[in-house]
Amino acid sequence: MNAILTGGFADPSTQSAHAFRALLEAMARPGRIFTVAGAQPPAPISVAAGVALLTLTDSTTPLHLAGDADCEALRGWIGFHTGAPLVPAEQAQFALGGWEALQPVTRFRTGEPSYPDRSATLIVELDRLEPEGARLTGPGIQTEARLSLPETAAFRANRALFPLGFDCILTCGARLAALPRSTTVEDA
Amino acid sequence: MYVAVKGGERAIDAAHAWLAEERRGDPSVPELTVAQIREQMALAVNRVMAEGSLYDPDLAALAIKQARGDLIEAVFLIRAYRTTLPRFGASRPVDTAAMAVDRRVSATFKDLPGGQVLGPTFDYTHRLLDFALAAEGTPQPAPMAPAPDEPVPHVTGLLDRDGLIEQQPADDTPAPDLTRQPLELPASRALRLQALARADEGFTLSLAYSTQRGYGRTHAFVGELRIGRVAVEVELPELGFAVEIGEVELTECDTVNQFKGSKSEPPQFTRGYGLVMGQSERKAISMSLVDRALRWQELGEDFTGAPAQDEEFVLSHCDNIQATGFLEHIKLPHYVDFQAELELVRRMRREAVQMQEAAE
Amino acid sequence: MSQSSQPETTARREWISALAKAPPGRLAALLPDLPAHEMLRAPEIGTVMVQGRIGGTGVPFNLGEMTVTRCSVRLSEGAVGHACVQGRDKAHAARAAVADALMQTGAAPQIATQVLAPLRAAAARARATRAAKAAATRVEFFTMLRGEDA
Repeated sequence: MNAILTGGFADPSTQSAHAFRALLEAMARPGRIFTVAGAQPPAPISVAAGVALLTLTDSTTPLHLAGDADCEALRGWIGFHTGAPLVPAEQAQFALGGWEALQPVTRFRTGEPSYPDRSATLIVELDRLEPEGARLTGPGIQTEARLSLPETAAFRANRALFPLGFDCILTCGARLAALPRSTTVEDA
Repeated sequence: MYVAVKGGERAIDAAHAWLAEERRGDPSVPELTVAQIREQMALAVNRVMAEGSLYDPDLAALAIKQARGDLIEAVFLIRAYRTTLPRFGASRPVDTAAMAVDRRVSATFKDLPGGQVLGPTFDYTHRLLDFALAAEGTPQPAPMAPAPDEPVPHVTGLLDRDGLIEQQPADDTPAPDLTRQPLELPASRALRLQALARADEGFTLSLAYSTQRGYGRTHAFVGELRIGRVAVEVELPELGFAVEIGEVELTECDTVNQFKGSKSEPPQFTRGYGLVMGQSERKAISMSLVDRALRWQELGEDFTGAPAQDEEFVLSHCDNIQATGFLEHIKLPHYVDFQAELELVRRMRREAVQMQEAAE
Repeated sequence: MSQSSQPETTARREWISALAKAPPGRLAALLPDLPAHEMLRAPEIGTVMVQGRIGGTGVPFNLGEMTVTRCSVRLSEGAVGHACVQGRDKAHAARAAVADALMQTGAAPQIATQVLAPLRAAAARARATRAAKAAATRVEFFTMLRGEDA
């Protein structure tokens, strides 16, 4: 019970504004790693994923929980702090889980030609998030960025759908980076 | 085309300062308080809440004060404020049959359960200016009478029993929300009603009037008009059940319209519906007439080209904030556009002169 | 939900509603001193979308929003209280949440008689006064002449 009711923003308007700014910056500069604070979600969810949920979801944003994330404690925490309705993957506007648990990622919404925004944002929990590995290029990246992605094929397939496609927020501890659909991903 | 220019900050600051001074008016006259506006300009407050699409009388009163009584500017302030607030959820649909009615009249039935209740209406006033109000004073207390402890059912239910009026069966289709998704046509009736509930009263009134004058005629009677308070019930996830968190004042209008019948439906009465925040019966009646006119396709009627039947025309132009935003932007600097126009006109004149000279 | 049929749920639903609908000043006067409590969710202003039904009975549609303030607290002995009140008064939301928590402790009988009962009585009086004024404007028709044209 305690884990459900605690761990939200203590000062929601200021903390969510800071967190939103960090998420916006992350989306604008794919691959760059940002540190965020203010959320203590129940295990096994990272601080960064908790911050993203508190900032981006509410009762009008259907959320899918995959794998370990689909636990009693987190369902209660989300119900109390954000009110986001929990839905199957195909209906989700946001999804949370490890990369394996989110598979196949092709089931998430990628938008429609006239409304590419009607797509899912995946919050991907990673064991490590470092500026090394896969090579990222595209809008928001001056030359290239490097990011330790779990794979590259799925992101290349997603890039091929542009302007449709899903967007990703990669989280690890208190750190996060974003990988929007506009980014070109190549093997290291 | 827009061009970023700098400069004018000092002029803008001075304009704001003067605006503040003009807003206050003659300092020898006492300043209005927000509470005075809320209590004594209640129908203006209601209009700002309805068209601002946010029920909060204190905020609407503040907006009216800030806007110097310009109600569309006040609606604009409320809409802007609304966008800064998180939305915690949606209420359960309000039960207007359980409304604590201040006013309830029917133009179709004289005797009905719950009676004809006039409420605090302007209807039977003589529309003569009351100079007594120019002086301050406390009005006589309103008379009271024993309130019968009986339900006040919807009038349309009386016709419903005989199968003479179209049914509105309960349904739990999630309501579309035009504040979250861009408007797509054709719009469902639920989406049209959301747009009309926050639409400009003047625009809605004129469209409704046009249907009465023959542009998409629907032969409407006011089946029932009711004004009063309803409880707002919200499901709180932390509790796991719904609780009443407050009350809102609403105006509801159900119109009854002639209907010859179609291939699938027998001759019966059809309905138009209006529901507006606050006490605003002109708007509620207008809304129900426009709602009914927009239903021509669903009811198998002819499209006569009337504006009130044209969903795209109505829904694209009913919002006074969209309208005023686009209208008023043309007064902002368009120096580059106009320079291009000027060049074009000069060139055409030159060419016209040259052609004339060549012809001579 | 299914719990809502349980009597304790009904009772809690009623007191949460009475606290939410209370005029903030009146609630503050009836419950001036709050016991020590921890904010689980600090008072936060937001909105609720109010829905209606087409024709009063049909398909739901969005009428417009209303302002609300919500708050959740925990008393030192562990009771958790929630509030979601109309308007933008943070002190009202906090006080209502504390009162909800107190209603789950040994202080319940005292809160019920000293806070909830006067609130309910005042709400009933206000409602009755409005209903009586409305009743005075109820039209009593009487037939002046009824007949057939000759």
